[in-house]
Amino acid sequence: MDVKMERKAEQTNSTQVLTMVQAINDGLKTMLEEDDTTILLGEDIGKNGGVFRATEGLQEQFGEDRVVDTPLSESGIVGTSVGLAVNGFKPVAEMQFMGFIYPAYDQIMTHVSRLRMKTMGHYSVPMVIRAPYGAGIRAPEIHSDSAEALFTHMPGIKVVCPSTPYDAKGLLIAAIEDPDPVLFMEPMRSYRAQREEVPEGKYTVEIGKGEKLQEGTDVTLIAWGAMIPVAKQAAKQVEQKEISCEILDLKTLYPLDRDLIAESVQKTGRAIIIHEAHATGGLGNDLISEINDTSFLYLRSPIERVTGFDVPVPFFALEDHYLPTPQRVLQSIEKAVHF
Amino acid sequence: MEEQFPIQKVMDDQGNITDEKTLQQIDEELVKKAYYHMKRIRLFDRKAISLQRQGRIGTYPPFEGQEASQVGSVLALGTDDWVFPTYRDHGATLTFGADMVRTFLYWNGRAEGCVPPEGKNIFPAAVPIATQIPHAVGTAWAEKRKGTQNVTLCYFGDGATSEGDFHEGLNFASVFQTPTIFFNQNNRYAISVPIEKQMHSKTIAQKGLAYDLPSVRIDGNDIFSVYFETKKAVERARNGGGPTLIEAVTWRTGAHTTADDPTKYRPEEQGKDVVNPLDRLEHFMKNYSYWYDAWIDQIEHELTEEVEAAVEAMEHFPQPDPSDLFDHVFANPPEQLSEQKQSYLELLGRG
Ligand SMILES: Cc1ncc(C[n+]2csc(CCOP(=O)(O)OP(=O)(O)O)c2C)c(N)n1
Repeated sequence: MDVKMERKAEQTNSTQVLTMVQAINDGLKTMLEEDDTTILLGEDIGKNGGVFRATEGLQEQFGEDRVVDTPLSESGIVGTSVGLAVNGFKPVAEMQFMGFIYPAYDQIMTHVSRLRMKTMGHYSVPMVIRAPYGAGIRAPEIHSDSAEALFTHMPGIKVVCPSTPYDAKGLLIAAIEDPDPVLFMEPMRSYRAQREEVPEGKYTVEIGKGEKLQEGTDVTLIAWGAMIPVAKQAAKQVEQKEISCEILDLKTLYPLDRDLIAESVQKTGRAIIIHEAHATGGLGNDLISEINDTSFLYLRSPIERVTGFDVPVPFFALEDHYLPTPQRVLQSIEKAVHF
Repeated sequence: MEEQFPIQKVMDDQGNITDEKTLQQIDEELVKKAYYHMKRIRLFDRKAISLQRQGRIGTYPPFEGQEASQVGSVLALGTDDWVFPTYRDHGATLTFGADMVRTFLYWNGRAEGCVPPEGKNIFPAAVPIATQIPHAVGTAWAEKRKGTQNVTLCYFGDGATSEGDFHEGLNFASVFQTPTIFFNQNNRYAISVPIEKQMHSKTIAQKGLAYDLPSVRIDGNDIFSVYFETKKAVERARNGGGPTLIEAVTWRTGAHTTADDPTKYRPEEQGKDVVNPLDRLEHFMKNYSYWYDAWIDQIEHELTEEVEAAVEAMEHFPQPDPSDLFDHVFANPPEQLSEQKQSYLELLGRG
């Protein structure tokens, strides 16, 4: 069934036109209303409504016990969330920026992702960690990291990353309802870039499923989050050269939508993977393995990666040079098509 | 705990010295230095805010209100000592000798802003909260091992005391008795979170007790109290007496950063009673006959020119070079990184 049709079937009657950050707010609100055990934790998420206003108005509506301004301690936030999750609550923890998730890495790697396994299912950690990520908004140092691969590498946690307001709300609700921990990455650059119709109330976007955004025949562009607009621009530019791109929005980075990728690459025979994280150890490499496993004999050219370079995300004066651009994607498309 | 750690001060809000012994230690040189630097960093700070508003630099975290804490503490150091600032401590680093042009560049997204002048031991501003605290301990430890008398001065906010790095740093300093001064600026908010929600303990100074550190709580808007208490801690550290924790109680007059709106979380009347540290020093200077009109006019003029010239130099600084992305990651770049650089420069038409 066409994805767009599925959407329609799910939709409730009324919708509102929202930006991504408003859709996230609406998703959190929906789940706070729906389930008393939902609890939000984070720095400046209460009275201030979050530094991006993602939790605006929620403390006012649901009280300080459910929308909690915590001490400034990421390890504390995630570690106590493990305890809350084990003992009956549904914590949704905010990392103010993904670049500040590192103090919590220990907790995520050693407990969040392993508690189910080490107790053979007796304890589990149904929690969500929200993390605004990515460069391109002229933020100070460390605020612009895109660290998904540190977590897709980590067994026992799912990783999702929406690119639109609709998906942001639907994936967030799915993440909160998931029986296992989910890292929910929010592309800061897309927070207010686009408005679209978002259903009121509860709906989900399935974790583990990507979406074909554009049909094409010559080459498959695989991207997610803030790289979707870059992929779209590049696809538009090569249209004039009569190169037809298929665009896949992965939405879930672990577990990958293997069928979607295989089906598309088997059709086009070419793939370009675009991500803003560094090349080495990046998710692009897993995608290449995936394509290798399922579609090797269909390939007409080597798979290309357009990624951030293997350097720390620079201070903002150079961030546009770090980030993949439509121009760099274009170069890779041409390389693949003329191989 | 508030009884055990009262806020110590030697100068009241009207600029009267309440402690006779301190008065004898204050001389013209100190007064002029204090005023000069507080005025200088005030002008820098206000200029930075206005540049941000005009889109000429990026997001900026103002330190207005905390000038006495920053200037008073850093003036207590010697030239070979080390400073570990946060993003809000450019007042301290500028006073210690950081370059003003580069300080502006830092807020314009340039790594050049992290490079200290030759011979100055200034760490880059720590952005991830509290991460600089163990560095200051390690650096002090190295000085101790090398047998020097140099000390390290580490700045951090009230919010930083909630992070593990704060506790780990203090414990290491305590175990290895490093010559480190932990200088906390308790400006009573960590972005929107007031100190009462950050901690249940009534003071930050008391946190030193757990690590057996000499700890003191002072009025951070009293430049003399800050200067003399830091001086004491520095002397102790230099003479093998180990680390000290200083809690300087102060007030951030403005927003957390230029992207922040404090009216969302601070009651309007809060902080109204706080006498700005520069005003307080002015009162003192007038009360004790240190107010020299001609000198004041002259430095005001000089400093305004210095700040304007620094802005001009920042804006005419050579454009950032994409090669810098790749050139400073390793001493000797691995081949694959050099290849990434090469192919990117080619794409830019510069290969
Ligand atoms: C590890 C980490 N988490 C979150 C942030 C985001 N952040 C920047 S400043 C700040 C508040 C810091 O408060 P405080 O330590 O009191 O210093 P102040 O800003 O008041 O000088 C926060 C939460 C960060 N920079 N680093």
